[in-house]
Amino acid sequence: MPAGRILEGSAAVAHAVRLCRPHVVAAYPITPQTHIVENIAQMWADGQIGCEFTNVESEFAAASVVLGASAAGARAYTASSSQGILLMTEVLYNISGLRLPVMLTCVNRSISAPLNIWNDQQDSISVRDSGWIQFYAEDPQEALDLHIVAFKIAEDHRVLLPAMVCIDGFLLTHCYEPVEIPEQQAVDKFLPARQPLHPLDPQKPVTLGAYADPSYYMEHRYIVNSAMVSSAGVIAEVFSGFTATFGRTLHPFVEQYRMEGARQALVAMGSIASVAKDAVDERRERGEPVGLVRIVTFRPFVADQVAAALAGVERVAVLEKAISVGAPAPLVTEVRSALYGRSDAVVSGFVIGLGGRDVTTASIHRVLERLQGPPGDNLFVDLDPELIGDLAPALEREWQTA
Amino acid sequence: MTATQESQQYAHLIAPGHSACMGCGELLAARLVLQAVGPNVIIVQATGCMEVTTTKYPESAWEVPWIHSLFDNVGSVGAGIEMALRAMGKEGSAKVIVQGGDGALADIGFGPLSGMWERGHDVMTVCYDNEAYMNTGVQRSGLTPFAARTSTSPPGKQSVGNWLPKKDLVAIALGHGLPYVATSSPAYPRDLMRKAKKAAETKGPSYLQLHIPCPLGWGFAVSDTISIGKLAVQVGLYPIVEYENGELVSWMRVPSRRPTVEEYLSKQVRFRHLSGDKAKDEVARIQAIADANIARFKLDQPPPRTPKPTAE
Repeated sequence: MPAGRILEGSAAVAHAVRLCRPHVVAAYPITPQTHIVENIAQMWADGQIGCEFTNVESEFAAASVVLGASAAGARAYTASSSQGILLMTEVLYNISGLRLPVMLTCVNRSISAPLNIWNDQQDSISVRDSGWIQFYAEDPQEALDLHIVAFKIAEDHRVLLPAMVCIDGFLLTHCYEPVEIPEQQAVDKFLPARQPLHPLDPQKPVTLGAYADPSYYMEHRYIVNSAMVSSAGVIAEVFSGFTATFGRTLHPFVEQYRMEGARQALVAMGSIASVAKDAVDERRERGEPVGLVRIVTFRPFVADQVAAALAGVERVAVLEKAISVGAPAPLVTEVRSALYGRSDAVVSGFVIGLGGRDVTTASIHRVLERLQGPPGDNLFVDLDPELIGDLAPALEREWQTA
Repeated sequence: MTATQESQQYAHLIAPGHSACMGCGELLAARLVLQAVGPNVIIVQATGCMEVTTTKYPESAWEVPWIHSLFDNVGSVGAGIEMALRAMGKEGSAKVIVQGGDGALADIGFGPLSGMWERGHDVMTVCYDNEAYMNTGVQRSGLTPFAARTSTSPPGKQSVGNWLPKKDLVAIALGHGLPYVATSSPAYPRDLMRKAKKAAETKGPSYLQLHIPCPLGWGFAVSDTISIGKLAVQVGLYPIVEYENGELVSWMRVPSRRPTVEEYLSKQVRFRHLSGDKAKDEVARIQAIADANIARFKLDQPPPRTPKPTAE
């Protein structure tokens, strides 16, 4: 049996990385990601992880180092948060365009200004179009497990795309929970050494990163998109392989929680699901048909799975830790699009928990109450009306129930 | 094998058929680098003229492993490749060469370059210094010389052209403690090849900065690439120097009757606005830059050892 230990979320992730035997790890500090690279640094110093480890001068460099390492055929890993993810952005697009199976942990944190080190998901959501597979973890155990499947999926020759495991900053990285750490032997068997397709090698010279004029560029982008879309099949296969091997259920696309006969549903990603599940339990105890659909895989966005999970639901509240300034938020837009033509459900977009604002079961109950009113978007939950001054009346109108 | 045969055996590593301009000093210099270093390399190329003229999909002029990622990250990409080779037990199987223009290395990609140097990666850096952003149409970079006309430093009523001095990237490289730092020019192929070989053989980070005449960007006839390159060295504006472990071990001597900077300036459109009396002060300042170089590197004195003691 694998060892069960009380571990900080960051340490659980570091163990996952160690078990995946990367060749190259590039480290740069940023709160709240730092504990992960600190843990890996200590493992390296103690000879517990046999990788090349380097401290680089920026997240931009970290992303570029793992790009180079991956192009040379290595398994490469880095981690970041917030501003670091934004600083990497140019490289993130480049990594996926080059079809390099790099792995990155995005410890979710808000984006400045104002400077704020606490959790939301604006960072990874902002790079949703960059061509990276994105998984969102609910707890430290799932965070650990998702790293193992993410490497395997990314490196699969049917995929060859980078993957990002997103875990909520502080809420997961700094919380201590019992975590089962798989045996090295089992991970080695599940995740064998990478078989690079076209590594940089003088014995077989290749040109990587050629430039494509208008006669070729669109086809390349089509192929990248098509790899992402078809990665869904590999994700399903690898997740079920993981469950079979390690005995823990990993939900490949969405997790349905008490959705049987649900008329109202919450949709959320990441650690907020734990709070939402408590609120759902309370509603169910009162006999209300409420459930939760937790999105695990945001990229690729598997609309069929989302629509199937929400079948028969009348009202949907999408809880989102990110906004798209001047438009409905990203996740609610995609959920609506998934339901279009397949469901008459009324879908509302709630913005919640930005910049580390606490999300409690009371917050979720307020959402469910507001869900009975007219549909809306950018419904900010738990705003302090006094702090928004003249805008407060609008907030009141938004929260009026029909 | 004769010396000539030896120098030619790797001439094919950048294949003909690329789309560089006639008279391009950069492709010439890159070919000389590979001729000297041979096929066991991995090239990391920054965005720029060399990238777009050699790798327009589906063609490639490169017969060595080559990667282009971005404009601004060759230092880090090269570092990652070098680490990967070590981690995979392939250390020494290939020399990693990161290369780009002055814009890519002195400006936008300077941070990653500095980080890679500071961490001591076994990577050779080649800067093809044509003294402006040529690929985007001749804009000023940190290595554009004083008073040069570029499209973003045009001379006018209030301006002499580029109003700033050229950044001393060689001194910055030395400041990182690099074991091998040198400058050269494709106008002196033997010097360039000797230094490229030496840079590649250096264990740890090495830096080679090549002065690259650009007919289109500087405004001279495509047949004059070599003569312009030589003049830059002879007047003292581009010191050809070589440092081992921080010590100046060789330099290319300027002729005893060295030409004035005016002779160099007058042959290029980028300095044409300096002709006549109105720019006397600027020309004097450029002459002072050349004189200071000569004093600093003792370019008028015989070097302790160098295969080609005088720029001819």
